[in-house]
Amino acid sequence: MSEPLPAAPAAAGSTAASAAAAAPATAPAVARRGVWRTLRRRALFWVSAAVLAVLGLVALVPSAFAGWFGHPDPRACDLASSAQPPGGGHVLGTDVQGCDVWANVVFGTRASLTVGLLCTAVALAVALVVGTLAGYYGGWLDRVVARLTDVFLGFPFLLGAVVVLTSVGSRSAVSVALVLALFSWPTMARLVRGSVRTVRDAPYVEAARAMGLPDRRIIARYVLPNALGPVLAVATIMVGSVIVAESTLTFLGLGLNAPSISWGLQLSSAQSYFQTSPHMLVAPATVLTVTVLAMITLGDVLRDVLDPRGRS
Amino acid sequence: MTRRVTRRLVDLLVVFLGVTLIIYLMVFALPGDPIAALGGDRPLAPNVVAELRERYHLDEPVLQQYLRYLGGLLQGDLGTTFQGQSVADRMALRWPVTITLALTAWGIEVLLGVLLGLVAGLRAGAVSDRLVLAGTVVATSIPVFVLAVSAQLWLGVELAWFPVAGTSAGWPTAYLLPAAVIAVFGLASVARLMRGSVVDTLRTDFVRTLRAKGLRERQVVGVHVLRSSSIPVLTFLAIDLGYLLGGTVVVEGVFNLPGVGQLLFQAIRAHEGPTIVGVSTALILVFLVTNLLVDLLASVLDPRIRHE
Repeated sequence: MSEPLPAAPAAAGSTAASAAAAAPATAPAVARRGVWRTLRRRALFWVSAAVLAVLGLVALVPSAFAGWFGHPDPRACDLASSAQPPGGGHVLGTDVQGCDVWANVVFGTRASLTVGLLCTAVALAVALVVGTLAGYYGGWLDRVVARLTDVFLGFPFLLGAVVVLTSVGSRSAVSVALVLALFSWPTMARLVRGSVRTVRDAPYVEAARAMGLPDRRIIARYVLPNALGPVLAVATIMVGSVIVAESTLTFLGLGLNAPSISWGLQLSSAQSYFQTSPHMLVAPATVLTVTVLAMITLGDVLRDVLDPRGRS
Repeated sequence: MTRRVTRRLVDLLVVFLGVTLIIYLMVFALPGDPIAALGGDRPLAPNVVAELRERYHLDEPVLQQYLRYLGGLLQGDLGTTFQGQSVADRMALRWPVTITLALTAWGIEVLLGVLLGLVAGLRAGAVSDRLVLAGTVVATSIPVFVLAVSAQLWLGVELAWFPVAGTSAGWPTAYLLPAAVIAVFGLASVARLMRGSVVDTLRTDFVRTLRAKGLRERQVVGVHVLRSSSIPVLTFLAIDLGYLLGGTVVVEGVFNLPGVGQLLFQAIRAHEGPTIVGVSTALILVFLVTNLLVDLLASVLDPRIRHE
């Protein structure tokens, strides 16, 4: 993955005239090549990336996959063939409403991935801004941010989301993602703040300051790239845990609602019939677990490579 | 030490105020009218509505309602359900179930987690280590409710090793399976944390000194390494109690255990704002207090924290 340091080339393009900027520009490039070189030798990286690539494709064009076994429409349900075990064109059987489980699993991919990625993107953006400002400027801003993260970390994740989601009337993938983002930014913000603080007074940052570079440029060019690696690894893992949280909340009856198609909804409706027709449970549960497993593994590998401090 | 305790108490107060305020604002930003919902399909008479609104102070400004709520909270009043029952009373009988469940899960987590972490850490890189690491990744990937339902189906219904649901079998039989399900997630983290901590501790100078002094390996590992590496694990275990309490909502629902989590589960379905607020606040309060206690305990165990 080459995205860990996207800020560097962008900043270099804007003011390439500065001679001083040219020298450190090679440093991140070398680091990046090193990261990629380490990464591509990891078998786990390729396995998890391949799984996620397939899932991403399924989420983008579910109709291309849903029809593989003859029942492409997840909403074409036949009550007469309710809760059929696998067989007869329904590879994974049918659910209580007589809908094809395979088609539903395929179409459910989008909901889970959307919530996971959207939530993490929002939380990451907030964490980068808040964490950088708090870490770089310190002072009262840092204290306010510290208290604020304290408050949000005072909620056990699930309980906080339960309380907030109860009050959200119409729930969609977007609103669920935003609520989950509300409780996921503090962890990453603390991480960013910590990384920023460690380099804030580093000699090369002081040199940049002595040269009279504006804060914005110092942060974007010298401070942020240093903080980005570890937090990106954590963000990847977070996508996995957000997907878990979404399905758990949906299972409780607080996540997505009925007309949507999602793994959580499939599982929550299948749970009442698990004694008579466990097949309705197995497929969505397996896909959900594999997705999360791939995300966490990728995050673990990334953290191992990007964050030398955590390396054992 | 006193200064540290005071500082932690002030921190706790700030967090507590923030947390309760957020909960309160969120729940009372509810678009639905709880009083109207009380009547179901038939609209309530206006004087009844007015009566109820006044009794529950729904006409006051939100901040005033919050302060009233907070005042009650400090006297142990967690609000009243729409049926007129005290939320604290409704929870009272349920606490033992939840506490038993959480503590059983905690016990499983501590015992197995520390053991697995120790085994993995002492032989870092060996097959057992790799197995433990792989196992922890898989364990963290399975959502609690998937695990709960699968365990119920497989170990409860098919193999009939454990009761399928309910608490009639008593402790520990009825609690083992649900507790194990909740424990799995934290167990994985404890094992990983412990492993890393053990690996780090084994490299320290004091361990080398102990060995050089001729201390038996069992004593080095069993007393010194164990104590020194358990500090980060202990901190984690405190935070994890909150997740255990959160996990009880799902597991008590699936296994039909009459605990506080099940009450919250039912309140969510019934859209009972006061009950949700009351139960969540109680659970979060327990979480905060446990964090405080373990933080203080950690400073007793680790002189470096005490003198920081």
